[in-house]
Amino acid sequence: MAEKLISKIPDGPLAEKWTKRKSELRLVNPNNRRKLEIIVVGTGLGGASAAASLGELGYNVKVFCISDSPRRAHSIAAQGGINAAKNYQNDNDAVYRLFYDTIKGGDYRSREANVYRLAEVSAAIIDQCVAQGVPFAREYGGYLANRSFGGVQVSRTFYARGQTGQQLLLGAYAALNRQVAAGTVTSYPRHEMLDLVIINGQAKGIIARNLVTGKLERFGAHAVVIATGGYGNTYFLSTNAMNSNGSAAWQCYKKGAYFANPCFAQIHPTCIPVHGEQQCKLTLMSESLRNDGRIWVPKKMEDVMKLRKKQIKPSQIPEEDRDYYLERRYPAFGNLVPRDVASRAAKERCDAGFGVNETGLAVFLDFSDAIKRLGHQRVQERYGNLFDMYFKINNVSPWEEPMMIYPAIHYTMGGIWVDYDLQTTIPGLYAIGEANFSDHGGNRLGASALMQGLADGYFVLPVTIADYLSNKFAEPKTDINDPAFEEAEKAVQARIDRLFSIKGKRTVDSIHKKLGNIMWEYVGMARSEEGLKKAIEEIKELKKEFYEDVCVPGEQNQFNQELEKALRLEDFFEIGELMARDALNRNESCGGHFRVESQTEEGEAKRDDANYMYVAAWEYKGEDKEPELHKEPLKYEFIEVKTRNYKE
Amino acid sequence: MDFNLKIWRQKNAHEKGHFETYHISGIEEDASFLEMLDILNEQLIREGNDPVAVERGCQSSGPVSFDHDCREGICGACSLYIDGRAHGPDDHVTTCQLFMRHFKDGATITVEPFRSPAFPIIKDLVVDRSAFDKILQAGGFISVRTGAAQDGNAILIPHEEAEKSMDAAACVGCGACVATCKNGSAMLFVAARVSSLALLPQGRPEAARRAKNMVAKMEELGFGGCTNTRACEMECPKGISIDHIARLNREFLKAKFRD
Repeated sequence: MAEKLISKIPDGPLAEKWTKRKSELRLVNPNNRRKLEIIVVGTGLGGASAAASLGELGYNVKVFCISDSPRRAHSIAAQGGINAAKNYQNDNDAVYRLFYDTIKGGDYRSREANVYRLAEVSAAIIDQCVAQGVPFAREYGGYLANRSFGGVQVSRTFYARGQTGQQLLLGAYAALNRQVAAGTVTSYPRHEMLDLVIINGQAKGIIARNLVTGKLERFGAHAVVIATGGYGNTYFLSTNAMNSNGSAAWQCYKKGAYFANPCFAQIHPTCIPVHGEQQCKLTLMSESLRNDGRIWVPKKMEDVMKLRKKQIKPSQIPEEDRDYYLERRYPAFGNLVPRDVASRAAKERCDAGFGVNETGLAVFLDFSDAIKRLGHQRVQERYGNLFDMYFKINNVSPWEEPMMIYPAIHYTMGGIWVDYDLQTTIPGLYAIGEANFSDHGGNRLGASALMQGLADGYFVLPVTIADYLSNKFAEPKTDINDPAFEEAEKAVQARIDRLFSIKGKRTVDSIHKKLGNIMWEYVGMARSEEGLKKAIEEIKELKKEFYEDVCVPGEQNQFNQELEKALRLEDFFEIGELMARDALNRNESCGGHFRVESQTEEGEAKRDDANYMYVAAWEYKGEDKEPELHKEPLKYEFIEVKTRNYKE
Repeated sequence: MDFNLKIWRQKNAHEKGHFETYHISGIEEDASFLEMLDILNEQLIREGNDPVAVERGCQSSGPVSFDHDCREGICGACSLYIDGRAHGPDDHVTTCQLFMRHFKDGATITVEPFRSPAFPIIKDLVVDRSAFDKILQAGGFISVRTGAAQDGNAILIPHEEAEKSMDAAACVGCGACVATCKNGSAMLFVAARVSSLALLPQGRPEAARRAKNMVAKMEELGFGGCTNTRACEMECPKGISIDHIARLNREFLKAKFRD
């Protein structure tokens, strides 16, 4: 079945590939578009922008989200910014440089052609958002302002205070609302996709649960787009929103879509440390803080001990006794190394005993130099809302004492395998944004998630999906009474009935927390063969306990958040297991995936290009059967593959 | 810390609701309000599941339903009327950013849904705010097609104007303004969107029309009128100023003059 992995990358020079592919793609006549129905699942930046753009083109779009409004999708929480190769700063930025930084940042595990296209359309995204009324930060002269993010040496990040994701999502959501008003898009909030329906090998619809009435509903279409984000909540504690989940993508996997590089999960270095057992959510502090904040721990163990006992304040530790370890280890990039590098460096210091809080799992992010250099006013303008947010949560003011931060799960680079057209291995099924695997390799650079979501939704998918739909307009609308719908709905009903029948004693969350502990311990920042094998066994065991002892209260045909969580947790067990399996297979360190068996003498990640320069695409083989691994070799024709070096 | 929680329970939109009181103990002062509710729900699920607890007279309405998602104050999903205030006793926060250190140990805390005729209750503390989507569908956008935009720097926008627009755009659509207003008016919500777009050159061509259509939709959906009590501004978690209502009124009047 390996022939399914056809990436459809156009040949020819890198810079001409997208133009070439666009010229080959078939079109759909405007009169025929209105005969075609498209389902879009998810309303974050990818889903909302895709649904709006498809609606503008005249297709009939049905858009689904689990929240009460499309505007609540988790893209809204992105703080720092969005990258674009505009070169407004005259710092020698270019499409090629954004492409190069992204490939390098991803540790040479993403596709050249996809990443180049991403960089190529990046500038148009900014223009589009400005036209929609996104209030990007402006200089006094009225020009768009920029800042820097990790892993790059130019300033190409556009931002709207610390609320860039919110503003971009409100732009896409406004475009979506305009299409709802125009009648091309129908919005289904509080609906959760629970299965994909396939007829004659093609994606033709979904089964969704109406979260208000609890009823299962059937929706048919000519094509289905998955834009449901990542699976970071497998870890229970993450920066993802509480309801973010991997279930829609996972149902696609179980229906035959290959799942690629599941082990590539991003651990973000600047999150607020865990405060206690009762915690359910970790809060991210924007990467933009690393523009001016300096990360350090004390040099002396006695200072660490005094800090933990609260005998001294961090500001009392003199400059010469501070270890600015990122500046020490990576002088060229300093505090702006990529996320994976910064996270591992924090772990290294904490493992060595230099963690600065009671749990020993925290480092400082210090603004005292920035305040001295820039003055209160400018720091307030840049980071004021983030400082307030930190204060609200911790009751400590970053104006007086440094912030405490620690790495946490933030984003998943892995996802549904897609070809260059963003089509999965199931014809008619597309995956965009964080839900697919294609652009970030082993590690995503900051401010690139928003870029990818909008690139896919505004500029790529609306063009590529036409090619698939071009010969579908004569087909009748999908019949939701087709036996395939019947069967899919029955299977979902059986899952729900099973959950209610268990009547155990343990809550869904208490079991999810345990899964999170297993994942963080063995499939977290440092992974080993022994640990990963253990994780697979422990997840299986925990899953068994879940089916014996979980309690799902209430009933199906009502608003029931415990049932929602239980259904998602069923999938998280399986996602977690596949993540561990993929991490076990990939016996190299690259990007956010760090195998302890594969490191340099200095403790840096050691890639193994000879054996692992491929996309690992997993095929579902059935309940309790081992999935089959397919490999898509990665070829680098236009850049030289090097060891990442942020030291010089 | 220990608390008594007096919480509104309502099975669905059609049945009558009532308060139930629960005792909860062992809460860390650094726990957030919603984490505290998570812990309560764990307790309620276990008790509802425990025949001994039911025999003890434990009320078994099951876990409390409440909307929440990002838990960092930006998605606008969480709501709750806590001790008589939208988003509780702290200023300029959403409920998910409220921490238990703001309450006295042993206190009785009353928790209700956001109440408004335009926000029907779905269950317990969960309300239907889809009326907000409908208002925005009536005109809360700039009519630009994907791909039609010129260079982002082609029209300059003074720093101050962009900042003012951003102040208004910070609205998270939570509905605290409506729940707080004695008239159940959505004026601050509408004004935030109208003003944010009207302040930008890109939003000018449709500014008056947008104001007129959104206000008309707001009235149609059962929200009340504005009588300038400023309660909305006080309780807005994002501190959105009623100055934006003045700007909305200007645009609205312009539209009326044109008609």
